[in-house]
Amino acid sequence: MANKQRDKVRKQEKFFKGLIYASAAITVIIVISIIGYILIMGLPNVTSEFLTENVTSLGRTGGIFPIIINTLYLIGLGLLFSVPISVMAAIYLTEYAKKGRLVDFIKLCTENLAGIPSVIFGLFGFLLFGRIFGLGWSLLNGSITVAIVIMPTLIRTTQEALITVPDSFREGSLALGATKWKTIYKVVLPSAMSGIFSGVALSMGRIIGETAALYLTLGSGTKLVSDVMQSARSLALHLYILVSEGLSPGNAYATAAVLIIVILILNLSASLFTYRMKKKLGMDK
Amino acid sequence: MSRTLKKRRWGEKAIESLLFVCALTAVVAIVLMTILIFKEGLPIFSSYGFTKFIFGTTWAPTAADPQFGILPMILTTFIVTVLSIVIAVPLAIGCAIFLSEMAEARIAAVLRRAIELLAGIPSVIFGYFALMTIVPAIRQVFNVQGLSVLAGGIILAIMILPTIITISETALRAVPKDFKDASLALGATHWQTIYKVLVPAAKSGIITSIVLGIGRAIGETMAVMLVMGNIPVIASTILNPARTLTVNVIMDMSYATPGGQIYSALFGTAIVLFVFIMLLNLTIQMITRKAVKQNG
Repeated sequence: MANKQRDKVRKQEKFFKGLIYASAAITVIIVISIIGYILIMGLPNVTSEFLTENVTSLGRTGGIFPIIINTLYLIGLGLLFSVPISVMAAIYLTEYAKKGRLVDFIKLCTENLAGIPSVIFGLFGFLLFGRIFGLGWSLLNGSITVAIVIMPTLIRTTQEALITVPDSFREGSLALGATKWKTIYKVVLPSAMSGIFSGVALSMGRIIGETAALYLTLGSGTKLVSDVMQSARSLALHLYILVSEGLSPGNAYATAAVLIIVILILNLSASLFTYRMKKKLGMDK
Repeated sequence: MSRTLKKRRWGEKAIESLLFVCALTAVVAIVLMTILIFKEGLPIFSSYGFTKFIFGTTWAPTAADPQFGILPMILTTFIVTVLSIVIAVPLAIGCAIFLSEMAEARIAAVLRRAIELLAGIPSVIFGYFALMTIVPAIRQVFNVQGLSVLAGGIILAIMILPTIITISETALRAVPKDFKDASLALGATHWQTIYKVLVPAAKSGIITSIVLGIGRAIGETMAVMLVMGNIPVIASTILNPARTLTVNVIMDMSYATPGGQIYSALFGTAIVLFVFIMLLNLTIQMITRKAVKQNG
């Protein structure tokens, strides 16, 4: 009798643990199939001409050269607008802010901003920068909009990086007579730099992957931009337009493959930075 | 000496103020966003009528007698979100338990890397992948056209996995080790301990992760736009095409004249979406606050 019950419990144990293993396996398989599918279908179409030629007849033929360059401009400008402000905001929130209603409210807003869908960011950019400031659909509008999209990520990762810097570093510097800002600038920030870089790499990934917000702010120009007021396409937006309009499956797969490869590289560099930060602070196991 | 000190103190104050202004950017962005979207969207509530807008079942903005009912989009958003949660939660909680309780370090590292990659894949790639694989599969299996609520639900489920897994795992790890030890000492098996002790103890974190997942599913636009067919009607089954709120916001934007009724109806849709998201955000903050209070 007791044996029977024990058998039942043992079977149950095996069954549920099997389910857990299965869910882990399924998740890994899903990720591999998505990345694998895109690479297998896309890579054969990624030729050197595809990477170096201009877009012709709206992407039906030709390459993606101007789109790659415009995407780089978008990343550069987006980071330029966002990184200084976000890092300074994070410094204020971790190093200066005292507990209080206002600081709580700032934190609440930053958290809320992280949960807002990109299409809402798109509407915001479309209204404020596009219509009120008259930027229309342009590289400048797209860059400012993605700068706001990545702010919560940058603030959070910078805050996490600052928090991992041991207090003894700060105390040592303050005891030597450095002011608070000098301590932050010369001691805390350099120690947190790898963590901040990992946040920057993540944000680059978000800019590259962003579509909905850019659809309403960046426009759909296919030429290499010569000034920031021109409309452009990022890689993701180009892919969306190719897919939704059913233009050239070959070029769509190839664009998707390029996009995936860039994301993979960024992902690896982000974890490399995190690893280096942990190593630097002696936190690696 | 005292002069340099004074100068230095002044400099420190100036820097602190500058940092404070930067910290305010998020507040300014949220406030401006709210004001602008409400300002553009509210006119539809008065010109077309609040009840007709929210509960109307016909969306025909360019008809001779234009109709702006968004109930189909509200229901579709609700259904596709529920569907994605039903698919994603068991899988995600399984992965979270695997990572926190069972995995050997090396296997855990593989799964972690996979989840990180999944979190980084752009939504347009998910949409494209689903369009090329899931949609044809649905077409073949069920003998329908393929673009459907089901396709949207499946791809959203995949997209929200990382959010639910990471936060649930953190919550499971935060359960004090005593709980587990006590349960095992009482003779419970490992699975019984996971199921009856660890998961209940991590409940608030797991719920938070699910609510965050819901928020992501509601807010997603491009992926669902590629696979759901986007017809503004109430789908009779999940195998039919339908349109979510986010898609409704973006679809007709290119030809809406600023200030016109269509334009205002699109921003009105955005208001409904915005309110849903804010309610979810508040729910998360309430759960977190309650958990902090309980655990001290």
